[in-house]
Amino acid sequence: MTSQTKSADLAKTTEMLSGAAMVIRALADEGVEYLYGYPGGAVLHIYDALFQQNKVKHVLVRHEQAATHMADAYARASGKAGVVLVTSGPGATNAVTGIATAYMDSIPMVVLTGQVMSHLIGGDAFQETDMLGISRPICKHNMSVRRPEDIPYLIKKAFHIAQSGRPGPVVLDIPKDMTMPNQKFPYHYPTEISLRSYQPKQQGHSGQIKKAVTALLAAKKPILYAGGGVIMGNASSELTELAQLLNLPVTNTLMGLGAYPAGDKQFIGMLGMHGSYEANQTMHHADVILAVGARFDDRVTNNTKKFCPDATIIHIDIDPASISKTVNAHIPIVGLVKPVLTDMLALLKQKKKKLDSAALSQWWQQIDQWRAVHGGRYDSAAPLLKPQYVIEQVSKITKGDAFVCSDVGQHQMFAAQYYPFNKPNRWINSGGLGTMGFGLPAAMGVKLNYPDADVVCVTGEGSIQMNIQELSTCKQYGLGVKIINLNNGYLGMVKQWQDMNYESRYASSYMDSLPDFVKLAEAYGHVGIRVTTPEELQPALERAFALKDQLVFLDIHIDPKEHVYPMQIPGGAMNDMFLSKTERT
Amino acid sequence: MRHIISVLLENESGALARLVGLFAQRGYNIDSLNVAPTDDPTLSRLTLVTHGNDQVIEQISKHLHKLIEVVKVSDISEAAHIERELMLVKVKASGNQREEVKRCADIFRGQIIDVTPITYTIQLVGTSDKLDAFIQALGTTPILEVVRSGASGIARGEKTLAL
Repeated sequence: MTSQTKSADLAKTTEMLSGAAMVIRALADEGVEYLYGYPGGAVLHIYDALFQQNKVKHVLVRHEQAATHMADAYARASGKAGVVLVTSGPGATNAVTGIATAYMDSIPMVVLTGQVMSHLIGGDAFQETDMLGISRPICKHNMSVRRPEDIPYLIKKAFHIAQSGRPGPVVLDIPKDMTMPNQKFPYHYPTEISLRSYQPKQQGHSGQIKKAVTALLAAKKPILYAGGGVIMGNASSELTELAQLLNLPVTNTLMGLGAYPAGDKQFIGMLGMHGSYEANQTMHHADVILAVGARFDDRVTNNTKKFCPDATIIHIDIDPASISKTVNAHIPIVGLVKPVLTDMLALLKQKKKKLDSAALSQWWQQIDQWRAVHGGRYDSAAPLLKPQYVIEQVSKITKGDAFVCSDVGQHQMFAAQYYPFNKPNRWINSGGLGTMGFGLPAAMGVKLNYPDADVVCVTGEGSIQMNIQELSTCKQYGLGVKIINLNNGYLGMVKQWQDMNYESRYASSYMDSLPDFVKLAEAYGHVGIRVTTPEELQPALERAFALKDQLVFLDIHIDPKEHVYPMQIPGGAMNDMFLSKTERT
Repeated sequence: MRHIISVLLENESGALARLVGLFAQRGYNIDSLNVAPTDDPTLSRLTLVTHGNDQVIEQISKHLHKLIEVVKVSDISEAAHIERELMLVKVKASGNQREEVKRCADIFRGQIIDVTPITYTIQLVGTSDKLDAFIQALGTTPILEVVRSGASGIARGEKTLAL
């Protein structure tokens, strides 16, 4: 590391900067526009350097967790790493949930954590915590600054690791004495970095790609199963082209929604625990599964022993450890999704072969029959507001083109099922970790970077209260997020499981003493609207979305008895499902 | 099944903790672990003995390789290899047991490297199995202390695990 920062490179520049100034300058040189964070003792030198320049703008959150979710959501929407700055000790530990959230969903993020002075480390100093130890299992990599002159190299390295291969969060721990304002060092930001121990694969193996194409062309009942890797790998257009070239049915995972346009006839919905009947049936009966940037998560496969018994599985993934982890892949391809799909397309075009058309049309007939069985129906005639209906109306008023940032619970599933995502990077949710409190800061991160777009936070009265303090940040930065609070007075998903498995004993799933959300929104300087009947919904949404630059908190009282369906029956195969409270497969 | 995994690791602070943490986080076993810098002081060579079915061993290899500081990984037990472990055993050696212990050490080609009127400290090098066998062979001799290095390994022939 040290030899690389020294030598000829340094001769090019004579600019002398303090460690603190180097941190900020390196971020500016990396093209970072926003830094999300919260100051404290260990990072005061860095904040002072931040104050004395105007390239990198700082967003002051009200809790460090929100800073990580803002940076994370920016990364999900833009594909570029989000950056966080927090102080040592509690500042760093408050960021932990956000780091873990990004890690589980493979989101590139650089988290700068303050640390006590080097000579105090290990002595239980004020606001000292072993952030390297704490964050080790929940980040792609972490590092500590040992010498101030290494700061530019380490920041470049952090971005390089975060954004390449399978992306993920990188933590850089910076002891306070590395940032002393009066100690200056020559500054040079490296243009690129090469690590002998980290050289992620790019292209897929050509022999494996040939095998995959041959298997795919021989399929009679194919399905394309695409996950979040397609979105982070920026390969939606290649995926769409491949699917349409071969007329394949396409299902997206929760993380992959938008990878293939939901409005297209070949899209058969999300798969998995709350996936569509047709997606789960098609998977179960498929003879060839082309899995792209997906990881056969337990919320997809249900019981792996009963998973898709007849399928030959082709699995494209940048992470070899994701291949044959839970489900054995017959044709593994390790590589970035985009070049692998491009190679497959080239090979297919060159071969000029298609799938057996008679078999494929029979397969599509079968899929259309499955489509007719459930079809996303719900009791729309009920007098109470249905959450599914609310999502449909939100989709209508935003023309299906909003960034939808979700919290975690029933509302998340309703949004995933009923908002048709036609573009990638529009559906922002905590899929892997399932972090309640993610939605509002996520929406803030997106709105700040895409001020002209409609940004919706779909949440519930449970999740929203986990980061509700951020309404204050929204006011400070004028973030006109629209909050759709699906308020059923219960922790809905917990209640649903208690209904299904615990004879409706609602142990701690009722949220008593809820605040008046309308007044609360107003107290923070925003607009609050309460909706309690179906008739009130339309005008409320129209008013909310007409107030372009204002945050509007729509507190929508929905049917507290509603469950999310379809739902896989635990322990069963992919296609073992409950279709409503009274029907099952 | 037992596997001996060799790893070349950047000799940086935190690298070893990350590697060991991986085993704890993912519920893999470490039967023994042996690590020291190589002739190149920027690199550490680590030998790890673990067990598991093929699927588990494959995941271990993949996850090790994913660690940023890991340069190379090889399951040396997949092919012809040499395995050695160092053991130091302090035993009670008094009366007629004293001669018995000496004979036993000789049979196993161990060396007595420290002597007191009532104890012997024996040094023994071999495969882990051989060291186990020696402890068995000591029989009723009271063992006061056992120190084992964990196995180190290297591939036979011209195959190398190096940069």
